[in-house]
Amino acid sequence: MARTMWDSSVGKKTVMAVSGLIMLLYLVAHMIGNLKIYFGAGEFNHYAHWLRTVGEPFMHYEWTLWLIRIVLVVAVVAHATSAYQLSRRDIKARPSKYVHSKPRASYATRTMRWGGVILGLFIVWHVLDLTTGTVHPGHFQHGHAYQNVVGDFSHWYSNVIYIVAMLALGLHIRHGFWSAAQTLGVGSRARDRALKTVANVLALLLTAGFIAVPVGVMTGVVS
Amino acid sequence: MKLTLRVWRQRDAGAEGAMSTYEVDGISSDMSFLEMLDVLNEQLILSGEDPVAFDHDCREGICGACSLVINGDAHGPERTTTCQLHMRSFQDGDTIDIEPWRAAAFPVIKDLVVDRSAFDRIIQAGGYVTAPTGAAPEAHATPVPKADADFAFEHAECIGCGACVAACPNGAAMLFTSAKVNHLNVLPQGAPERETRVLDMVGQMDAEGFGGCTLTGECATACPKGIPLVSITRMNKEWLRATRKAGKR
Repeated sequence: MARTMWDSSVGKKTVMAVSGLIMLLYLVAHMIGNLKIYFGAGEFNHYAHWLRTVGEPFMHYEWTLWLIRIVLVVAVVAHATSAYQLSRRDIKARPSKYVHSKPRASYATRTMRWGGVILGLFIVWHVLDLTTGTVHPGHFQHGHAYQNVVGDFSHWYSNVIYIVAMLALGLHIRHGFWSAAQTLGVGSRARDRALKTVANVLALLLTAGFIAVPVGVMTGVVS
Repeated sequence: MKLTLRVWRQRDAGAEGAMSTYEVDGISSDMSFLEMLDVLNEQLILSGEDPVAFDHDCREGICGACSLVINGDAHGPERTTTCQLHMRSFQDGDTIDIEPWRAAAFPVIKDLVVDRSAFDRIIQAGGYVTAPTGAAPEAHATPVPKADADFAFEHAECIGCGACVAACPNGAAMLFTSAKVNHLNVLPQGAPERETRVLDMVGQMDAEGFGGCTLTGECATACPKGIPLVSITRMNKEWLRATRKAGKR
């Protein structure tokens, strides 16, 4: 069954849909957690620490966090690999372009591939920036999440990278969520409007929620 | 009407093609698009040139033979087949670009004619029912709910012209394949091959080198018969169901 899935273009789309939804679910939780920055350093750092102790005493320190990280890495790799293979196939299937051509699909639909590449690069930068601190522009300290975020967004280029990536995320989700529903066969004529609305609301809320953090630092509300 | 036509000319499958420009005059707005091309071809024959090759058969919008991309739109600006498109959709003095279907799985044979036998092989893979032939069966012997009958008829409207493939930026045949799968899978007559049909037809579709679906919706917009985009969703559902059932066996 796994073989049938992976060998078929429809099956690979299923892999993309499921992995995309896993990442989407994570992003909702991530966004809500981020907003705690508006309640001060104490609450935000306490929340960051709690993320490492979830599930104790059954789970050891950071076990739950690592479990989530592993699931996410698997999802990202599965999503990107199938996207790459499907895109190669699509480009090969249409080798010659029309002399008279016009772009017709929506902006969100046309930017899925490059938007996805931007998001992939952003994930690498984001982990190096605020998880490991490798490329953090300020004085990075483990265990001081609040100070790290404020230090990060005090630099203009961190804001630019972050905000551009979040706009790309919104566009990606707008087409991606609805598409996942079609791939998984849950779309229908009756549900179409509802699915499109949910996709738009999710895209808007996630983009606005994530961008609220650098905006908070830039405006001095978070300092 | 006086028109400037830019037409894709390609001597044979192996040759390099290019757009050639022609002028046609005295076109009536009541002519069909193919009749306008007939006028062009008479003109070319009289001047000793090779006429433009294009596919056509019934010229009444039901056979699916005609296949032109007109100004970037499969079957032109109206939601119909090229043979049912009339010159009243254009203005005097217009320049019209005419190109063949573009897809790796639909290689150009000559000028505007492409090889669509990949569709035949998708049908051969599962687009049939194993029913005893002979006299028509008693109509009430196999009851079909009204909603299912309507659904089947809607998909049976597909004439296999390939406009969906031509319009798709990925050269995908998902709308064509889904129309055929859905048409038979919803009916009791198609039930014995319900799972193998969708698996085999999607497998053949992939093997022919068609692309995948990115849900741009171009196919459903181009379809002269109005096969809806949601047909693809329904086929995905059938495919997942069949894959699960095959996994259990």
